[in-house]
Amino acid sequence: MIQDGAAELFKDLGEIDSGQFEHYEPEEEMILNMGPQHPSTHGVLNFIVFTDGEVIRKAVPDIGYLHRSIEKIGETVTWPGFMPYTDRVDYVAAMTANEGYAMAVEKLMGLAVPKRAHYCRAIASELGRIASHMIALGAIAMDIGAVTPFLWCIGHRERINDLLEELCGARLTFNYVRIGGVSWDLPDGYAAKTNKFLDEFIGSLYEFQNLISNNPIFVERLRNVAIVTRDEAIDYNLVGPNLRASGVDWDLRRDMPYSIYPELTFRVPVGQGWAGTVGDSYDRFYLRFLEIQESAFMVRQCLLQMEPGEIMAKVPRNLKPPAGEAYARVEAARGDMGYYVVSDGGPIAYRVRARTGSFAAMGMIEAKSRGLMVADLVAFIASLDVVAPEIDR
Amino acid sequence: MELLLISTLKVILVFAIVLGALSPLAGWAERRQSAMIQDRVGPNRASIGGFRAWGLFHPIADVIKLMTKEDFVPATRNRYLHTAAPMIAFWSAVVTFAVIPFGPWLQIANLDIGVLFIFGIASLGVYGATIAGWASNNKYSLLGALRASAMMLSYEVTLGLTVVGVLICFSTVGAQELVVAQAGPIWNWGIFKQPVAFVLFFVAAMAATKRAPFDLPEGESEIVAGYFLEYSGMKFVMFYMGEYIEMFLWSALATVLFFGGWQIPWVPFEGQTWYEFAGVAKFLAVLVAIAFLQMTVRWTLPRFRYDQVMDLGWKMLLPASIGNVVVTAVVIIATPAGGVLQRVALLVGNAVVVLVALAVAAAMKGENKIGVTTEALRTQRSEEAVH
Repeated sequence: MIQDGAAELFKDLGEIDSGQFEHYEPEEEMILNMGPQHPSTHGVLNFIVFTDGEVIRKAVPDIGYLHRSIEKIGETVTWPGFMPYTDRVDYVAAMTANEGYAMAVEKLMGLAVPKRAHYCRAIASELGRIASHMIALGAIAMDIGAVTPFLWCIGHRERINDLLEELCGARLTFNYVRIGGVSWDLPDGYAAKTNKFLDEFIGSLYEFQNLISNNPIFVERLRNVAIVTRDEAIDYNLVGPNLRASGVDWDLRRDMPYSIYPELTFRVPVGQGWAGTVGDSYDRFYLRFLEIQESAFMVRQCLLQMEPGEIMAKVPRNLKPPAGEAYARVEAARGDMGYYVVSDGGPIAYRVRARTGSFAAMGMIEAKSRGLMVADLVAFIASLDVVAPEIDR
Repeated sequence: MELLLISTLKVILVFAIVLGALSPLAGWAERRQSAMIQDRVGPNRASIGGFRAWGLFHPIADVIKLMTKEDFVPATRNRYLHTAAPMIAFWSAVVTFAVIPFGPWLQIANLDIGVLFIFGIASLGVYGATIAGWASNNKYSLLGALRASAMMLSYEVTLGLTVVGVLICFSTVGAQELVVAQAGPIWNWGIFKQPVAFVLFFVAAMAATKRAPFDLPEGESEIVAGYFLEYSGMKFVMFYMGEYIEMFLWSALATVLFFGGWQIPWVPFEGQTWYEFAGVAKFLAVLVAIAFLQMTVRWTLPRFRYDQVMDLGWKMLLPASIGNVVVTAVVIIATPAGGVLQRVALLVGNAVVVLVALAVAAAMKGENKIGVTTEALRTQRSEEAVH
């Protein structure tokens, strides 16, 4: 029965086989194999680009070059032991990936996390989001051909990494969040240090604005390029900044509140066609620029609001969640990140599944690449802010 | 015999300046300067006996590295053209320095055609890029080569036309004669007669040297390295050095045309020995300043897209330069030569060109922005692609 149903389901899809490129008959077309080793494919992405000169007819993402079986590893290590692997799912903003997994397991166990731990998580996540968005902005600028903004962004990110290192001892793969809390409390004088950094950082953003956001060449390169309309964004299941840039007002932190976010005040920027049309590449760029400022504001609020207390719930040493399943969603830097965990009551997960934003974004590329130029494709991919391991996991 | 000796001496001196001093220093300056712009430390590792000299030894280390590097060539290349291409590119950049008057004495050959010789030879450089891209048998290289040839040809038209205005003003094409004509007070310099031409020349020269924001033939983030993707070792150096030399070439030409060459303002040259040295120093100072400006632009601006570059070149720079030539010619004919009236009229004419260009650009902005036509074209192309 099941096989019949599947055959019914895939009937309309026609012949899709791995050899589709071999049978491709070029009609004055050039097939450009972009990647996996290419300066602007953000890790190891591969695009098979069918071009007519500079104009792209179709760009097909060929994913799977960075598959590291992270989900499968989840079925072989203990529940807390999977936490370091979540860092590797999205290594640019690892804090939110940590948090999502922890939340899923906590949901499964019915654990109540202490309030201070929530604050610590929010501070770490939002700092991580700033760092991630700095990389995204810099990478867009660099793919457009401006190297200087990237270095400036990396400079700011280094200082955030310093802060996070002070918090948990690591600079990239943090492993900070624990099931039931966080591993370390804030060190002494952390609030003052963070506030000082944020003052300087937010104060220096106008430089970035002058250097790149308002640069006519830069604006001209991104405006009206690869417009994703509101409906398309929903159809293609875009999440996070990419979704909001298309004019959809949806943020998990506000609309499906978790952790400490209901107690924080923040705005959710939505794409408004700042340079051209709603949902063009410039909107995706500028929306991240605005989100950075909101995140900074959230960190300040957390530092003000938080009170002394526990940072870990009472968690048994040998973690055995009751049999069942749970799904938890967090608003990661690349949008809605979900963890689905299934337990059979043992010390090892029966199934761990991560749902990530970059994978959804890759689905757009084939449809949206029609008629773009080669240089636009690079800008488009950069503006989607994909991270290669998040696609494959 | 004496003539031969002097010529040889001049050749050695000029190439010592260009190849021995300017180019390596440019490599260093660009790193150092970009480091400062980008808030980095910059080159400081290469040292001789623990003495680092702010990274000044890096060019030496570079040369050693590149000379000892394997000359890796793709198996499917065209054997002869692949080897010839960097030579063409390098040669066309270097030979043009033969007519650049660094000083009253320091000029290899004072040709009658002067500036035209530079344009003639420099435009051959496009063959280097095109042949390199084709002979490499690489798709990125091919795209880069096509971009390079289209862009360089487009901008050479503007480059040539901007110079025509200056040539009309001084009624000569000889490089040395141009410099001599700019003697006297500072307002005799070309830039005070043709300010618009200088701006256009500067932009077009940056495009001709294929440097950011016009670096789309190499467009690192798009087509990896463009036409010289398949080159390594000394062949790569030829392209790399050729680019720097070309940058200095256009800077030198700008100095000759717009900044009085080796003439020191208000100080007449009457065969003084000190003047010969001071003149060369002044020439190099202006040249380096213009090159510095080009580098600053490179590390500040992002890259144009291919169609935007074409639009800018053909729809904005070229009409403006044609207008400039026409206005200049009319003014020169209509006003008595060398008078204050002519000088003022030239500036007024330039202002008119600027105003008209701005007005046209503003009028076009409503319906015909750069990019909107492209947008229509793209929609049309994408519809074609769908069908």
